[in-house]
Amino acid sequence: MTVMEQRGAYRPSPPPAWQPRTDPAPLLPDAAPHRVLGTEAAAETDPALLRRLYAELVRGRRYNAQATALTKQGRLAVYPSSTGQEACEVAAALVLEDRDWLFPSYRDTLAVVARGVDPVQALTLLRGDWHTGYDPREHRVAPLCTPLATQLPHAVGLAHAARLKGDDVVALAMVGDGGTSEGDFHEALNFAAVWQAPVVFLVQNNGFAISVPLAKQTAAPSLAHKAVGYGMPGRLVDGNDAAAVHEVLADAVRHARAGGGPTLVEAITYRVEAHTNADDATRYRGDAEVETWRGHDPIALLEHELTERGLLDEAGVQAARDAAETMAADLRERMNQDPLLDPMDLFAHVYVEPTPQLREQQAQLRAEIQAEREGTH
Amino acid sequence: MTTVALKPATMAQALTRAMRDAMAVDPTVHVMGEDVGTLGGVFRVTDGLAKEFGEDRCTDTPLAEAGILGTAVGMAMYGLRPVVEMQFDAFAYPAFEQLISHVSRMRNRTRGSMPLPLTIRVPYGGGIGGVEHHSDSSEAYYMATPGLHVVTPATVADAYGLLRAAIASDDPVVFLEPKRLYWSKDTWNPDDPQTVEPIGRAVVRRSGRSATLVTYGPSVPVCLEAAEAARDEGWDLEVVDLRSLVPFDDETVCASVRRTGRAVVVHESGGFGGPGGEIAARVTERCFHHLEAPVLRVAGFDIPYPPPMLERHHLPGVDRILDAVGRLQWEAEG
Repeated sequence: MTVMEQRGAYRPSPPPAWQPRTDPAPLLPDAAPHRVLGTEAAAETDPALLRRLYAELVRGRRYNAQATALTKQGRLAVYPSSTGQEACEVAAALVLEDRDWLFPSYRDTLAVVARGVDPVQALTLLRGDWHTGYDPREHRVAPLCTPLATQLPHAVGLAHAARLKGDDVVALAMVGDGGTSEGDFHEALNFAAVWQAPVVFLVQNNGFAISVPLAKQTAAPSLAHKAVGYGMPGRLVDGNDAAAVHEVLADAVRHARAGGGPTLVEAITYRVEAHTNADDATRYRGDAEVETWRGHDPIALLEHELTERGLLDEAGVQAARDAAETMAADLRERMNQDPLLDPMDLFAHVYVEPTPQLREQQAQLRAEIQAEREGTH
Repeated sequence: MTTVALKPATMAQALTRAMRDAMAVDPTVHVMGEDVGTLGGVFRVTDGLAKEFGEDRCTDTPLAEAGILGTAVGMAMYGLRPVVEMQFDAFAYPAFEQLISHVSRMRNRTRGSMPLPLTIRVPYGGGIGGVEHHSDSSEAYYMATPGLHVVTPATVADAYGLLRAAIASDDPVVFLEPKRLYWSKDTWNPDDPQTVEPIGRAVVRRSGRSATLVTYGPSVPVCLEAAEAARDEGWDLEVVDLRSLVPFDDETVCASVRRTGRAVVVHESGGFGGPGGEIAARVTERCFHHLEAPVLRVAGFDIPYPPPMLERHHLPGVDRILDAVGRLQWEAEG
């Protein structure tokens, strides 16, 4: 368009004058991850909460060890361990009210168990006798989600629906550092912020997406900084400091419940073990790095704090370990029983009612099984 | 007895009315998508819904199809009944992961404890002069995904009846709306109480004795036109409108083919790996001894959807259908 075709008064700046829609400064994460244990703030933390976190961390580590052992015995097809990340797993579960919802990824079995799901039912997916072994509605825990970050928009939609219904419900969605590269991560955060949905996104930055380190995943200053682009606050926390993770998540949950919208929390942690029992971590990282992180162990950090303050003694440590052993023995015993399988279940839950085509296939399978039993096959 | 003069209504109006009626009787029904609110959708199918029910019930979402469907999954998990609009067939592809990995199998992976009552409306097909990415026939992708119902109306009345049934269904339904039939008109009374059509039933649109044209959606009117033209050739063609691709109504299709002994499947979607191959196989498996000729397919070519100035060569038309009918080994009758 030429100047001759200009209509209306000449304006050197775009109308109306452009300005940022929100002030980005309050959304920015702190320069360093938030810590509580080993700082003065620890004294203000509820001792009962610290003791509960400790018991759950000890139980969680034992659960991971037992589940990994079950893979070696052929009782589990695979197990992605969260050893070293127990603080995030446990805090995510404990920070929620009964009516809230948890959206776990495949590495978050511990969070699912800490939320109250039966330890055996939580392993159904990994044992392979079905996909989801628990009723999501019973404990308000979505199915363990394998396709990365795809559970995040579900959390947003659920939280949005709850808010539309006038229910006081918050959704907490868990994802890893690799998952933040997925499109669904972006879309979920964007929808959450636009709708001001009561959601908390917890990114466990454990350093690796299987073998790929974070430097190959993102050029962002931190994953928490990504929040600013969506117009929501980003928080950084020491992911191995259970008290700090609980505090930051509790703040975010409170903020969401009060109608303040979503928060992105990045917890800095480390995957001490390989991606799964089928992975070989020595191919992509050195022992020295792993050892550094073993020195910043979530259980040791909390145990140190509790002992220093006289909140935990030898007997207390032993009691936590005994409780964990009891859980492990029960898990072992129940996982060593063969699950009952009914092949007819394959057709039972595809639709409300099987289609005529599925009925035919079901009849075919029934006949095959019958023939197998009678030895005519 | 008073007779009410019926005003012609378009398929688009019937679809709007179906959503409006569903929203009026069920407060859990939520419409969401791109431009569905203030604008009323690019095809105006959601016209007036935001005004009548508020923006919380008919929501303009951010422009992100995976996010739209993914959040709809979460809403359904909480007990809502979302009706999602994908703006165009080819714009629905970003939502495929949500559709395939979650929507289609949530009921299954949770042993029935978490059904997803979702309707996904997808305007589909060509013949509207659209530039690229606006005219795809994507039904084969949906048909190949267990756990989804795949439904497509061809008449104004069915547009209403099937959409009501889709929204009421406790299973996810991919509801394919033939774009070029949006403005097709029919005398149809929206106040007729018996217009909800059960999903999974085909219907004989035109009875005939010589051969059966098996078709659906945008190709139904083309087949009816072909059947009229075929009278000049001495053929009396039956036209079966499938209406539902999943579940598939073997009974109605096979009953027709057993009567006529000959069948041609007609659709816009490409032939290779398309719905016609499945339909031809099903008919052959079930009606072999009644067939006088192999089941033929008249489909779109196996090419990316053509530019609008060439699309008439791609779309199955009356002549191509009659050519296929002519190849149904009539000499054997002789």
